[in-house]
Amino acid sequence: MADLPKTPLLDELESGPFPSFVSEIKRAAEKNDMSKDLLGQLEQSYREKIGHWKHGGIVGVMGYGGGVIGRYSDLPKEWPNISHFHTMRINHPSGWFYTSKSLREICNIWEKHGSGLTNMHGSTGDIILLGTTTDHLEPVFEELGKIDFDIGGSGSDLRTPSCCCGQARCEWACYDTMALTYDLTMHYQDELHRPAFPYKFKFKMSGCPNDCVASIARSDMSIIGTWRDSIQIDQDAVREYADKGMDIRSDVIGNCPAKCMDFDGKELHIENSYCVRCMHCINVMPKALRPGKDKGATVLLGSKAPIVEGAMLSSVLIPFWKLEPPYSDLKEIVDNIWDVWCEDGKARERVGEFIQRVGLGNFLDAIGLEPVAEMVAHPRENPYVFYEDYFEEGDEEEEEKG
Amino acid sequence: MAKTAEEIADAMFALVKDSFGVKKLKPGDLIKAMKELYGDEADKKLCKEAIKLLVNSGRCVYTYFGGSFLEIPHKEGAAND
Repeated sequence: MADLPKTPLLDELESGPFPSFVSEIKRAAEKNDMSKDLLGQLEQSYREKIGHWKHGGIVGVMGYGGGVIGRYSDLPKEWPNISHFHTMRINHPSGWFYTSKSLREICNIWEKHGSGLTNMHGSTGDIILLGTTTDHLEPVFEELGKIDFDIGGSGSDLRTPSCCCGQARCEWACYDTMALTYDLTMHYQDELHRPAFPYKFKFKMSGCPNDCVASIARSDMSIIGTWRDSIQIDQDAVREYADKGMDIRSDVIGNCPAKCMDFDGKELHIENSYCVRCMHCINVMPKALRPGKDKGATVLLGSKAPIVEGAMLSSVLIPFWKLEPPYSDLKEIVDNIWDVWCEDGKARERVGEFIQRVGLGNFLDAIGLEPVAEMVAHPRENPYVFYEDYFEEGDEEEEEKG
Repeated sequence: MAKTAEEIADAMFALVKDSFGVKKLKPGDLIKAMKELYGDEADKKLCKEAIKLLVNSGRCVYTYFGGSFLEIPHKEGAAND
């Protein structure tokens, strides 16, 4: 084994039942000096309770403004091998499907040019390659290009779009999330690589309301699969669940947030006009219930994590779209949103915060979208009502006279 | 006569150079400045083309300090030798 620095504090993180990043860095340190120094600096940070990283602002590859996050040690003399320790974000394939060959190729490139440490995957979804020096950035970029991988987004640009595995593996997917993700990634290459927004913008695609990629909380534009007809019911399968001991009244009907279901012991009835597409009943009885046949997606806008202001969830912008290639309607509305936000958004203002500042009515007017009652933050709550169509100037005087 | 991407790039570069060390400019700031300067002669598409020219030629680089900016190349303040 290589002569590793003593790390009593880090060693404690190996003692629990879960996989440990410390063990992984130690493994990498056996053949990589960057990982060895990383262990030493991290132990020092834990001991002193001080971070020893400096954030660099310039590094990148020629022509791109995103995808490389500059990082330098503030203790370069003590830990010279991590004097430069830049992170690269690599655009992951839709749904995170890889061949083992491509994974090996990525790892080989990174062992040759970097620390060998990876994070699969970052919270945006990218492949994160941790730790390289400035002079290795261009060679990594070139070699990744040869195996059809590109750098992802960072900074004030379109972040790498990501999605659930969708129709590739999931029977609930109401639209082809992977196709849309790939299409948006290719269509918006300029926005992905050349930051021109007031702040970051994220797309996340979920195939059904289970929202496995948590798009409603983690993306500026959340595109969530849904249906607009009735839930498909196999009554024989419902009875089979009941015969095998499932308490349908308690476990299914009792947990329905819309209270739109009833079971008389033989047949399950759903009042579909009251259903809020929560997926609970379908998740509990997957053999008996399925999403409807008229499938598409709801487009929501505005979520973000708490950085400049508090956390926000997306609210409904488009209640239902079929979402089929070439997705022209979606791209048109996205372009309109970006035009308005880029024109009037403040620096570091996410689109959700921008909407709160200017007001949803003004925002909808600016992007050319008619308000509808379904534009809500929660089902059956706070519909935005616009009275300006009904009250003309002089109406109040007439009311007073009347 | 409509402006060319090269002319817009030159005007943008002059702005970036003049404000270096005083104010960091975002690509959006440059696009707005060009619209003010040239009106309809500098549409968004042309401005984006101009930024691409500036970056691909190495006259400007993207930087990140809590947001993305365009600056003239300089020694990274945080960089170790």
